[in-house]
Amino acid sequence: MLIELKGVHKTYDNGQPLHVLKGIDLQIEKGEFVSIMGASGSGKSTLLNILGILDNYDEGEYHLAGKLIKNLSERESATYRNRMIGFVFQSFNLIGFKTAVENVELPLFYQGVNRHRRHEAAMAYLEKMGLTDWASHYPNEMSGGQKQRVAIARALITHPEIILADEPTGALDSKTSVEVMELLTRLNREDGVTIIVVTHESGVANCADKIVHIKDGLIERVEDNRLHHASQFGTDTIMK
Amino acid sequence: MRDLFIEIWESIRRNKVRTSLTGLAVAWGIFMLIVLVGAGNGLLNAFLSDSDSFASNTMMVGGGRTSKAYDGLKQGRRIHVKDGDMDILRRQEFSDRVDLISTSLSKNGYTMTYGRRYFTNVSLNGTYPSDVEMNRVKMEAGRFINQKDITDKRKVIIITHLHAKNFLVGSTDYDRLLGQSVKVGNLSFTIIGVRHGDENRDDRELYVPYTTLKSIFGLSDEVDDITFSFHGLTTQAESDAFEKEVRTAFNAAHRAAPDDNSAVWIWNRFSQNLQMEKAQSILITALWIIGLFTLVSGVVGVSNIMLITVKERTHEFGIRKALGARPGNILKLIVAESVLITAFFGYIGMLLGMIACQILDATVGQSKMEIFGQSVKMLDNPTVGLGTAIGATVVLIVAGTIAGIFPASQAAKVKPIEALRAD
Repeated sequence: MLIELKGVHKTYDNGQPLHVLKGIDLQIEKGEFVSIMGASGSGKSTLLNILGILDNYDEGEYHLAGKLIKNLSERESATYRNRMIGFVFQSFNLIGFKTAVENVELPLFYQGVNRHRRHEAAMAYLEKMGLTDWASHYPNEMSGGQKQRVAIARALITHPEIILADEPTGALDSKTSVEVMELLTRLNREDGVTIIVVTHESGVANCADKIVHIKDGLIERVEDNRLHHASQFGTDTIMK
Repeated sequence: MRDLFIEIWESIRRNKVRTSLTGLAVAWGIFMLIVLVGAGNGLLNAFLSDSDSFASNTMMVGGGRTSKAYDGLKQGRRIHVKDGDMDILRRQEFSDRVDLISTSLSKNGYTMTYGRRYFTNVSLNGTYPSDVEMNRVKMEAGRFINQKDITDKRKVIIITHLHAKNFLVGSTDYDRLLGQSVKVGNLSFTIIGVRHGDENRDDRELYVPYTTLKSIFGLSDEVDDITFSFHGLTTQAESDAFEKEVRTAFNAAHRAAPDDNSAVWIWNRFSQNLQMEKAQSILITALWIIGLFTLVSGVVGVSNIMLITVKERTHEFGIRKALGARPGNILKLIVAESVLITAFFGYIGMLLGMIACQILDATVGQSKMEIFGQSVKMLDNPTVGLGTAIGATVVLIVAGTIAGIFPASQAAKVKPIEALRAD
């Protein structure tokens, strides 16, 4: 079992306590393509933060690749994030003053990999994304789809255990959204990458083999979607 | 390391104007520090150039007048130091500390003639070979008086380079004068050396062997003063104690009360030097403090700018952290940027400060003031040494670190969740 959550609770305390996650139990196997769906305020972002070791939780247990992720120091969680998780964000989150290839290199920089090997690896991933010609371009010179592919290359470069995508198509038009989702699907099918997509778009969720529905801080149901019939709109395209 | 510099350069490049304006304050701070310390040094050098003319580990003893009755003798008796008093210092009790002993005797108001050229109102100073060390006599040509001159009572003389230049009609080939004779009064002396004379003080002293002077004029044992050098003293207290021992010994030899402070006068150049050093260090410390406070305002500016930069880059730091940057990585980035800005502009300031010191040296440093008939330099070599430059470098790096540490800790505290916040 790659990911195992047992009775995870999370309460935010900004003036008055807000119980966001009320006991999440979730299991994800290696090589799965899972989407987490829910309306805003359902707790899906909080769950993503916890899965991505960006935030702590109060109760329960979270095991990632056999390691208990709990009460880690900032250094430890940084190292775990760096080695085990690849992030794909809604707004790409590329660093504006770095070129595409420099952005892709960044996670390896924090692993202390030397300049030459870092560059080689980054170029290999950009090639895989079909962006070799764009390597020395800055993010503001690229289209949304290209930026998201750079971000995916950056997420893949450390060979993480999971790719966590937070609304990966949120800032893209429907055509590009389809391309990005196809890319993620291909990575899952061909390279066996475990992918978790957090979204509120049913079309995006429909690309996954398993859909986890979250409502009011609890898992409502886990839907088997290997046939990809979950969304009546999502058969061929992504509704925007 | 290279990666760090590239990152910092990228950050600075984006905020050129802001960074330069901040840097200006730092440059100004260091500029002021260097100019202040440089001018202070110049002032001290001009002030102390006098004390450079003798070795600091010496004392000079001369005759005085008793201030109290003692041993059946009344108060107010004149005491004359005699050349035999040099033996006091050769005694067991002093021999482990005293190194060189010399005495001097002078006769004033002579005219020195060389061919058709002459100097009026010169003085003959009878002295010993050790004087060359104790009074820091700088020889330009030839040699100083030696022991053989003393024992043989040779009629040899040391003139100053000012005399020599005049005799040679402006030439500085002083060697040509060696072996030549000059007349002082009615006496003929052979020039054996040319020493460097003090231009500022209208130096007219001609050195001859003590014994020569004494026998020529048939003088008594009385001398002007006895000078001796010593070693092994470090503190003011030790110096005072030693001075007291010497005084007691001289007083005893001249039948004056052991605690009579005016029977002989003692010029303790060592004590004087200690006091001067103290005054010097106080002045330099004061200038450093003023300079440092000027620098502090620059440093506060850097800190302020770094804080703004950090605020602007919060989202970026969030992304970096999400990608695996440890707090230490971010901390290092900001502190290094701060140090780099401070050091870079600091060095510009330091360079300009040193240029300003050179200009000061070329202008004010060359001008002289008339004080009591003596021409005195206002500033002498008003520059800073390597020590100050190194000190200022250390200050810059420390200042840069201090300026950066608070903004950097703010940056390191940025939560990786910031990365998820759409901007």
